[in-house]
Amino acid sequence: MTQETVTVTIEGTRIAVPNGTTIIEAAKQAGIVVPHYCYHPSLPSPAVCRMCLVEVEKQPKLMPACVTTVTDGQVVLVESPKAKAARQSVLEFLLINHPLDCPICDQAGECELQDYVFQEGRSSTRYSEYAKRYSPVEDFGPDILYVPNRCILCTRCVRFMESVAEDPILNVSERGDRAYIGISEDQLLDHPWSGNVVDLCPVGSLLSKDFLHKARAWDLDKTASVCPGCTQGCNITIDTRDDVVVRLRPRPNLEVNRHFMCDHGRMNYRWMNRGDRIEAPLVRDGARHVATDWDAALDRFGEILRGTRGSAVILASGLASTESLGLIRRLVEGRDVTAAVQVPVGDEAPLTGIPSLALRRDRAPNVAGAELLGYGRDWAGAMAAVANAAVVIVLDAELSPDDQALLARAPGLLVLLGTVPYEGIRNATLVLPVTSMAEENGTYVNRDLRAQRYNQARSQPGMARPAWWVAGEVLAGPGPDADAPATAAQAFAMLGATWDVFTGLTYADVGFTGHVLKPNAPAGAAR
Amino acid sequence: MGFPHPSHPRETVVLSKHFGDAGARSYQGWVERGGYAGLRQALGMVPDEVTNAVKESGLRGRGGAGFPTGLKWSFMPKPSGKPHYLVCNADESEPGTFKDREIMRWTPHALIEGCAIASYAIGAHTCYIYIRGEFTEPLRIMEDAVAEAYANGALGPNVLSSGKRIDMVLHRGAGAYICGEETGLMNSLEGKRGNPRIKPPFPAQAGVFGLPTTVNNVETLAAVPHIIVRGAAWYKGLVMGSPKSPGTKLISVCGHVQKPGNYEITLGFPMKDLVFELAGGMRPGRTLKAVIPGGSSVPIMSAAEVENCPTDYENIQANGSMLGSGGMIVMDDSTDMVYQIWRLARFYAHESCAQCTQCREGTAWTTKILERILAGKGKEEDLDLLLDLSEQMTGKTICVLSDSCAAPVVSGIQKFRSEFEAYISKARKPALVAV
Repeated sequence: MTQETVTVTIEGTRIAVPNGTTIIEAAKQAGIVVPHYCYHPSLPSPAVCRMCLVEVEKQPKLMPACVTTVTDGQVVLVESPKAKAARQSVLEFLLINHPLDCPICDQAGECELQDYVFQEGRSSTRYSEYAKRYSPVEDFGPDILYVPNRCILCTRCVRFMESVAEDPILNVSERGDRAYIGISEDQLLDHPWSGNVVDLCPVGSLLSKDFLHKARAWDLDKTASVCPGCTQGCNITIDTRDDVVVRLRPRPNLEVNRHFMCDHGRMNYRWMNRGDRIEAPLVRDGARHVATDWDAALDRFGEILRGTRGSAVILASGLASTESLGLIRRLVEGRDVTAAVQVPVGDEAPLTGIPSLALRRDRAPNVAGAELLGYGRDWAGAMAAVANAAVVIVLDAELSPDDQALLARAPGLLVLLGTVPYEGIRNATLVLPVTSMAEENGTYVNRDLRAQRYNQARSQPGMARPAWWVAGEVLAGPGPDADAPATAAQAFAMLGATWDVFTGLTYADVGFTGHVLKPNAPAGAAR
Repeated sequence: MGFPHPSHPRETVVLSKHFGDAGARSYQGWVERGGYAGLRQALGMVPDEVTNAVKESGLRGRGGAGFPTGLKWSFMPKPSGKPHYLVCNADESEPGTFKDREIMRWTPHALIEGCAIASYAIGAHTCYIYIRGEFTEPLRIMEDAVAEAYANGALGPNVLSSGKRIDMVLHRGAGAYICGEETGLMNSLEGKRGNPRIKPPFPAQAGVFGLPTTVNNVETLAAVPHIIVRGAAWYKGLVMGSPKSPGTKLISVCGHVQKPGNYEITLGFPMKDLVFELAGGMRPGRTLKAVIPGGSSVPIMSAAEVENCPTDYENIQANGSMLGSGGMIVMDDSTDMVYQIWRLARFYAHESCAQCTQCREGTAWTTKILERILAGKGKEEDLDLLLDLSEQMTGKTICVLSDSCAAPVVSGIQKFRSEFEAYISKARKPALVAV
């Protein structure tokens, strides 16, 4: 009974789906979106908005598509006159108390009420002569405002806090058309995952203070990316306006983060917009640095590597891409290498209603990737190794004053690939400007060894280039017909030559939902 | 009998036999009047036999829907180790209905006995009686009666020495109309907001606390001991109209009659005689205008429809309304129908639980339109708008509260359209101040 599939006809499209599938999900698979508000695939369905009512053959009443499961041979009509009339009426009912303040509403342009009213609502209201319900805006918590006037009582926020966050501090208060979303007295909506209620809200009723009046939805460019906040690797969208990152939002990936991301990750974007960047390669000339072009800088890097023997140390940022970590590591192949990745730590904050989803203790996105590529986590050990190293490569690591002082006393040559300048770069033989994760394509490997691609969301500042490009050029050597990777995809494909776990893998394999790596050889050892 | 009125010879007095007889309230008094014989007899039967007896009797739910009680019991799963629950719906929140209150006031042990028999039949060890919060006197009487039943071994670990355990818990509601809806009631009982739940799952599959549950009305359960003692055939034979509606029914008659009260009739009793003979008819000089036969949620019947209508489920339905809970609201020719319908709509707008869009917004909007008409500011197209809203409020929501708001509006406009038009055309003086 449970494993059977059933065949249904939805708006003329026959489709086979597993027994127990709801009509709304079956329709989705047939390419038909049944308009809905309260339904959300990651929340329990209360069937309260009554927007998804569809006509089911042989049923006298319209059925809510979100909770009605398919049966074999069922014929479902989404666009029948009866179903359309019901939706039109729900839209009319929702609008009688909804302010038409779209011009000042953050949700405008990505509002489901706006969309469906535009799609199939009445052109004018029959409720013209009364005042609308009015309640003042409420401050729900550190980042969340509640605008009750716009609320359509879909209760997604209440259900998220109750069933997913398992911290039921939101409720429906009052009854009838006086109802509103209430919050437990003396409590704040400050759960580490509470920001999701803003995304879940189909209208502009729950707003992020951080994003308040910052940009119009239609002015945003959206880039698929991966959250750099921790080892969970939540899929995200980076929203930019005029090349400035203004917001991070979760991007659905049922295997990793379902539809959610935590507030730590959500707010962790301001550094992407920093203007004080290293914008040109700098070569040491006596006591000072001189800006130069990439050809000269790459030649200099090559000379440094060829001109030194003895051990090497790589100090890498936890934000570095798999491609960059791999190719930089290849630069010092054959030497005695100490490579370490920097992993800030914090408290773990699980989203209890979803299995294996949490803000992780390790606050860097590519720890697993770095470990596969032979990087360790012993930062102090790597700093100690600096004392005996012939060459030290810093890959955008954030160095403490103590670390900087240690590097200043180091006997070896210091090559620094960085994004933002700091005092310690004075001691570098060579400074190379590299891009941040927001400015390049790349992959991260999350804690479950899922390799996931992220895309470039904003332009590179000045002459900055991805670190894998720098390493690739140096590896290929000088000359015009050198075999250097031109894209992140090519850089990724090069990893397999050294590390079995990546052998044969391409960007196409990784796709848009990631690819779980299967290390069969002991991970970490460079051949 | 229609307490405080003496029994009318045309009444069929079964449930109301001891109304007004304070001696029937005590355990001893109840036993002296033949009480607990039904329970004793039922405990000697196999549970399925009890269910079958009720099935054969043709008893139908007295709370409003009229669903066959025995059939409902038979939906309960076979014992599987999971607790089963019986919930007695004593919320009686339907406006115009006051029959359950009298059963609990005068014959609390009739209800306890009925609950115990039903619990035994469906394999429930615990019965919850969800009592309307405003029923302070019935609550006190029920509390005393339950304590007495425990003390006399009619409840507890060894019911009437049968070795069966049946516990009873009285739960007091907080006054929401919607908590009389069985799924809203179950949520309320669980300590949650009393929002109706989506069906399926039905209560027999996943009811209160997610476990198999049967919800029955007070009057339904109070009738069960009589069926057990006197036999299903006796009950099934109590027919005056449709054979599908057997038994007696308490009709709470209120409004413009000379003797409002509870009248127990055999189903199928002529509605006209009920109003004019049992309830004493109109006040002098007044004529009948309309009757809402089954509590406020059902369509209004005109005087002409009442004329030849037997009072049972099928015949009232054939005349365009429903027997519902049997709360009969009688209106004479002095009644302003528009005002009365507005008053009902306002009640539903106030009591809507706010889950479904059509109900939350529709009941309030309907109220506002009626308010506007009463204030002399109505427009021609308002009646069509009301009918259109009512159409969209019917059959589209989780529970039937929104349908209940639409029913009097639609039937009112159909049957008394001229009264609405009189306000709209300003032939009639506004009844409300401007809105």
